[in-house]
Amino acid sequence: MDFINHTIVSWTLFFPLIGIVALLLARGDRAVRWVALVFTLATFGLSLHLPFHFDSASGGFQFLQRAPWIPAFHIQYIVGADGLSLWLAVLTTFLSVIGVLISWKSIQKNTKAFFILLLLLETGMLGVFFSLDLFLFYAFWEITLVPMAFLIGIWGHERRLYAAIKFFLYTMAGSVLMLGCIIWLYNLTGTFDFTVIKSGLASGLFSINSTTELWLFLGFFIAFAIKVPLFPFHTWLPDAHVEAPTAGSVLLAGVLLKLGPYGMLRFNLGLFPHAAQRCSEVIVILGLIGIVYGALVAFVQPNMKKLVAYSSVSHMGFIIVAIFTFSQIGTQGAIYQMLNHGVSTGGLFILVGMLYERRHTFELSEYGGIATVMPVYAAFFVLIVMSSVGLPLLNGFVGEFLIMVGTFTSGVLHAHVYAIIAASGVIWGALYLLHWTRNTIWGELANAKNKVLKDLDGREKLVLTTIGLLALFMGLASPYFLNKTAATTATTIAAYQPVTAATSARLTIRP
Amino acid sequence: MVPADFYLRILPELILSGFAVLIMLVEGPARGQNRGGASGWLALIGCLAALVSVGTQAAHPGDAFSGLFRVDAFTIFMHVLLIAATAVVILAAMDYLPQQGLQRGEFYALVLFATVGMGFMVGSVELIMIFIGLEISSIATYILCGFRRKDKYATESALKYFLLGSFATAFFLYGIALLYGASGTTNLYTMAANGLQISPDGLNHGALVLVAAGLIFVGLGFKISAAPFQMWTPDVYTGAPALVTGFMSAGPKAAAFAVALRIYYVALHGSSAAWFWLIWVAAILSMCLGNLGALYQTNLKRMLAYSSIAQAGYILVAFAALGVNGASAVLFYLAAYVAMNLGAFAVISHLAHRDEPYVNLGDYAGLGFRFPWMAFALSIFLLSLIGVPLTGGFFGKLFVFQAALHAHLVGLTVIALLNSALAAYYYLRVIVYMYMREREGAPIACARFTLPLWLALASCLGVTFWLGIFPSSALDFAAKSAQQLLR
Repeated sequence: MDFINHTIVSWTLFFPLIGIVALLLARGDRAVRWVALVFTLATFGLSLHLPFHFDSASGGFQFLQRAPWIPAFHIQYIVGADGLSLWLAVLTTFLSVIGVLISWKSIQKNTKAFFILLLLLETGMLGVFFSLDLFLFYAFWEITLVPMAFLIGIWGHERRLYAAIKFFLYTMAGSVLMLGCIIWLYNLTGTFDFTVIKSGLASGLFSINSTTELWLFLGFFIAFAIKVPLFPFHTWLPDAHVEAPTAGSVLLAGVLLKLGPYGMLRFNLGLFPHAAQRCSEVIVILGLIGIVYGALVAFVQPNMKKLVAYSSVSHMGFIIVAIFTFSQIGTQGAIYQMLNHGVSTGGLFILVGMLYERRHTFELSEYGGIATVMPVYAAFFVLIVMSSVGLPLLNGFVGEFLIMVGTFTSGVLHAHVYAIIAASGVIWGALYLLHWTRNTIWGELANAKNKVLKDLDGREKLVLTTIGLLALFMGLASPYFLNKTAATTATTIAAYQPVTAATSARLTIRP
Repeated sequence: MVPADFYLRILPELILSGFAVLIMLVEGPARGQNRGGASGWLALIGCLAALVSVGTQAAHPGDAFSGLFRVDAFTIFMHVLLIAATAVVILAAMDYLPQQGLQRGEFYALVLFATVGMGFMVGSVELIMIFIGLEISSIATYILCGFRRKDKYATESALKYFLLGSFATAFFLYGIALLYGASGTTNLYTMAANGLQISPDGLNHGALVLVAAGLIFVGLGFKISAAPFQMWTPDVYTGAPALVTGFMSAGPKAAAFAVALRIYYVALHGSSAAWFWLIWVAAILSMCLGNLGALYQTNLKRMLAYSSIAQAGYILVAFAALGVNGASAVLFYLAAYVAMNLGAFAVISHLAHRDEPYVNLGDYAGLGFRFPWMAFALSIFLLSLIGVPLTGGFFGKLFVFQAALHAHLVGLTVIALLNSALAAYYYLRVIVYMYMREREGAPIACARFTLPLWLALASCLGVTFWLGIFPSSALDFAAKSAQQLLR
């Protein structure tokens, strides 16, 4: 057991790479698909070891494994998981399985290359969540870029080249600055080991002045903000989403966007608490703008995929607001909302993709009254839209509720205003999502081309049932998930308690 | 009586010269179709023998021939790098030359002679000897540039390189003369030991030394195509046969950097505060001009010419960091750069076809799935040039930035970081064309994949990945070389 606990993270991390070797040997598209499915499923299975053997009481890193990599620069291979990365890793392996399933029929060209890149992307994303060495983290961070750009550029839609290059350059521009900051941090501390740097900075062993801290904070923050994407760094997202193949969109929305808030929680909040507090007001306001702006732009989109893409901008805004108001409840909500967004928005992209496979258009005006020809599809559609809206009993509600409560009670300046604006975002969200549902699913079946649409086949039902059940399960059994993240959240937020407490004390005394 | 050790210390050069002369002898009587075929293998054997003999060289560290030549870790590092690069060029040439109808033994002899010259450049610690090495390698390269005699662009390339190159070496020589005037010696380590500011006659020659540093930088800056001495690069690189361009961008450039390290880090160490700014300006200019120039190129050779200017800029960033850190970052980056750039040129040479009509971006459209291995190799080399993790280029950049930040060159590092993001665009564009577009008209064919080319690409790929995944041993070697250089 010790051996497994000690190495399970590495197994999960590198299992997709073994899958790539198997894929290279596989002959024929059929075999390629099955090999990809088997390896993603196996990776998912391996990753499930983590929550089952996770010690919820501990806020630190578990399943740690370390080995020297480049001794001359003190670069190590350190991997492990804590409450923050635990579920995100499981989400990654889960959505990778879904990604293979939904590409089963839609990817006919260069199938082998597609699945190789998908598995490479999986390893890259897992690596970002598991890495506890800043250098290793950066390496994986950059690696995710390449397969994603290829997935968009080769298997995407009409404007795929533009979208792929824009995606690559935007993210690259952000991450080179982060690389600069990582090296700067190394020169200040002499190590890339995250836990050592974190405890050293907290205890004052490595002293950095507040200007340096601010610059380092910003260097990391911009890289993450582009990934989130935080308003006004969001312009790459609609392009990338619209042009990406369905599996690409699912993984992009489901996991790649999560790398941003994950990085903020882990590095920005973990390493630079003072700078985080200094900048929090501006960041929260940008997040709020994102919530409202994303929702309003989504409302007027004539293109379904763009609609979902802008809904991501809006939903990710909630997470940012929750992270930068520094409350235990809000942070829990942020983590939960990251998972929810992966499930529901992933689900939305799958739904859009299924319509596209039948009609080859994303235009909203082409659809209407789909429920009459595709009743099963319509049922799933409504379920997943409701989960995205945040209907009680479904997953989205838990996350949004925690974020509202957390923001409202956080005690930061203007907390109530923030919470109210964020809450209005829920209404906007309901507005565009229900509007979309009404125009697509309900109403007259006016377009003759839609009258012959086939309902879901077995594979599609399987995918959507899994997503739907997960949404329901996460809505009902949220404590199961949140218990495992609580201790980590508490440690992350611990650095912020004094200030928050003082502020709230002041607030309570005033009346 | 010259001790036998002395000859062992220049054994790689002796072997290379021997094989080059042998090739000339074999080539003389050869006629018809078979010309050059045997010479290729002879040259390869010569290179491998020279590579092995570097081991012998390493076993006999020390000075040779009254302090003309010094075998230390730095010499060994550069010898391994340069001779390995030459071996790759020879392998690729065995595929490239017959395809181009240029199969002649002189090519291999000239490449070997150029390598001998570079070997003397990096091993010598005496300015006149360095100059002779520089000339040997330069003259061989001038001829190689014009190797496709009947092509007017090749001739233009050779002539341009020759005229401007001669001009640059004249500057270099002038710098040497002034340094000699200031110090009374041409030995770099004696200069360092005596301290250059005060000459034997007791006068302060600070200004003279600075002028010399500037003049020498003109000469070397030309060879490494650092801005503002980069004007010749695009034309010469485009006109020369693709493989020669690859060779030029690897070997002579690396050797010139090694010479610059020896002269500036060792002999001119005392006045580093002054010449630092020279490097600083050249680094920024090279990165910016190189990358901006490359952005809109559709000819791949021209694009890589500008890219090589930018890459020289990154190396100069490390150069400006000074000290062991800077020198070892320069060395590591050179190793990664030689592997990836040479690899990229090997692919381009192979795909260019006879007389090189297919070197434009549009010709690469749709290659990705038609020639998967070719395209995969080129993609990896380009990703490495961008600096994506798991490739040598990434660690190269990392060590460069680390050295620069360690020396508190924050502004320079930020400019370098932004430049490397900008550069991603044009490297990526080639990949985009290969995988994501179809060629207008018929797609280009790919000549048969021959064993030598396969070996050349495999070794470049192998080194790129090796430096990108397990850089430790190369890094330690570079650090040790840097320490011995500065001792």
